[in-house]
Amino acid sequence: MTADVVTSPGGRPADRRPVRPRARFGHRDPDARGYFGPFGGRFVPETLMAPMIELEAAYVAARQDQAFGDEFERVLREYVGRPTPLFEARGLSADTGLRVFLKREDLAHTGAHKINNALGQALLAVRMGKRRIVAETGAGQHGVATATVCALLGLECVVYMGVDDMARQSLNVFRMRLLGAKVVGVDSGSRTLKDAINEAMREWVATVADTHYLLGSALGPHPYPLMVREFQSVIGVEARAQILNETGRLPDAVVACVGGGSNAMGIFDAFVDDTSVQLIGVEAGGEAIIDGRHAARFAGGQPGVLQGTRTFVLQDEAGNIQATHSVSAGLDYAAVGPEHAWLRSLGRTGYGYATDDEALDAFEWVARTEGILPALESSHAIAHLHGLALELEAGSIVIVNLSGRGDKDVQSAAAALKARGRDVMEGQ
Amino acid sequence: MSRIDEAFATLRAEARVGLVAYVTAGDPDRERSAEVLRAVDRGGADVIEVGVPFSDPLADGPVIQRASERALRAGMTLSGVLDLVGEVRHELRAPIVLFTYANPVVRMGVDAFASRAAAAGVDGVLVLDLPLEEARETRDVFVEAGLDPIFLVSPTTTPERIALADALGRGFLYVISRLGVTGARATVAEGAGELAARVRASARLPIALGFGLSQPDHVKAVGAFADAAVVGSALVDRIATSGRDELARDVEQYVRWLTGRAEGADA
Repeated sequence: MTADVVTSPGGRPADRRPVRPRARFGHRDPDARGYFGPFGGRFVPETLMAPMIELEAAYVAARQDQAFGDEFERVLREYVGRPTPLFEARGLSADTGLRVFLKREDLAHTGAHKINNALGQALLAVRMGKRRIVAETGAGQHGVATATVCALLGLECVVYMGVDDMARQSLNVFRMRLLGAKVVGVDSGSRTLKDAINEAMREWVATVADTHYLLGSALGPHPYPLMVREFQSVIGVEARAQILNETGRLPDAVVACVGGGSNAMGIFDAFVDDTSVQLIGVEAGGEAIIDGRHAARFAGGQPGVLQGTRTFVLQDEAGNIQATHSVSAGLDYAAVGPEHAWLRSLGRTGYGYATDDEALDAFEWVARTEGILPALESSHAIAHLHGLALELEAGSIVIVNLSGRGDKDVQSAAAALKARGRDVMEGQ
Repeated sequence: MSRIDEAFATLRAEARVGLVAYVTAGDPDRERSAEVLRAVDRGGADVIEVGVPFSDPLADGPVIQRASERALRAGMTLSGVLDLVGEVRHELRAPIVLFTYANPVVRMGVDAFASRAAAAGVDGVLVLDLPLEEARETRDVFVEAGLDPIFLVSPTTTPERIALADALGRGFLYVISRLGVTGARATVAEGAGELAARVRASARLPIALGFGLSQPDHVKAVGAFADAAVVGSALVDRIATSGRDELARDVEQYVRWLTGRAEGADA
């Protein structure tokens, strides 16, 4: 590749500057109350208001501090292994007629994009003098990332995880405990990510003085959606520079899976002002778009308030939060990050969904075609390539954010595939 | 003067500490919940807080979480709570404060909620996850409908925010005496008196202080620095452990015991 003479469509030689792992700060702030248009805000009990205001002030001061940004960049480079590669997936390209590039967040330390935000917030916690971290986790990737940075920085770490998620992601539970974190099982409610967040917030409300709540997605009360997106924005900054280096032009579309939406906001952010680039989020369609059997908030939800933010929420007529389902624990959540709701309302982003079956097919497809095991979450984004192939002209450039690796999913994928009559363990 | 204002004026006139009693509506089911409300009133509660069950009560400890789950399983909804209050209101002496999370109200629509609540005879509304900054418009709608907006003050609330809560609130300020979620504790929180004094310094509204109270001694102790004491989880726990036939009697006795008017209740 490097020997090719790459030119842009206009004949201009491609820009081949080295790619730095640099996050974007202060480009698209919500209003003073934390709103992105009508979405976002700060819906927390009074006890958490002072800590939220303190956190916002500390964050704003940190991101204006060159030393903080330099330290974040240094650890991203030396410890996380950034920049992650942008890999041209020739097999997927051949199958779809598109030119598909994978942003390899699965190659970041700990195997997913979650480490970017965990590191940023942990550095902030240290700056704030907090020596103890609480976090929630769904698929376990955020919990592992948090436990990892806590080990690195010498912080105490407690991770809340739904007991159903602990069962389907037992490998990650073991990893967190190896890293010195305390993992607390949550058996209230639906025993998944939503309930883990409730429990983490309950614990935080009692321990705010010495503890930072390290929320793992672009969710929750202000400043979390902003802060998490900005720490994750390094993904898009890199991908944009890499695709320009590689092809000499911007992509036609950028695709990412959306649970809370941090990997998607992270890769979308650098492209938001590039209006020629379609930004597509893919939610979990679960078994089908039937109440309780999916997690596609834009397909089946209404605006509401959940866990500190006003956004699209899967809920019943009485305003209670509905059960969700997805084969992927990381997408199995009833609300979506508020900035997604806002960008969608502006028409800047679009959203589709992939069902469990489609995601499992994509999981196998990438494994066999590219020699990469994608996370089941990321497999939802991959699955969307089939639809895009029908929509876009042949040869269109598409970047898919491969947000994490699928090693954690092999057991649950094997079970799900077996249930569908495809017994991987038996061989063919 | 609202019914809540009158209740606190009576407390001042009688120079005694008030009891604010919390129960989750629909727990254990709609019919027995109506009996519980009547029993709490007969027992002598000065204000009744009626909790709207919600699927994700993130400010509540396990006792009220489980009450919420029981009520939801029995089919209770915000709409059902308003019907329930409307049905029993005329039998009750104490003012009623609805205690809810934001989403059910948002889903019903703030205007529709306010007019239905006022029509049902609700006196005040406390929305747990609607802090002052988010509550401005909602607060105006409540006041317009004749509902007292009740705000929380916690150990982390700054003097400026106490003053703002006092300016925007009506009826009383609900002072939570400790960090953390709801749930009974063995003693009144250390620092509760100091916190109440801090609130007094910045606020004109009466103070109801709660979080963790469960005994007449607690209520009496709170009386030294606040207008009323809030008992929630301990009462909800009583409801959960009472037999079907004894429920109303147990609740009434427990509430009367808390007020200090009864000797030797079986606590």
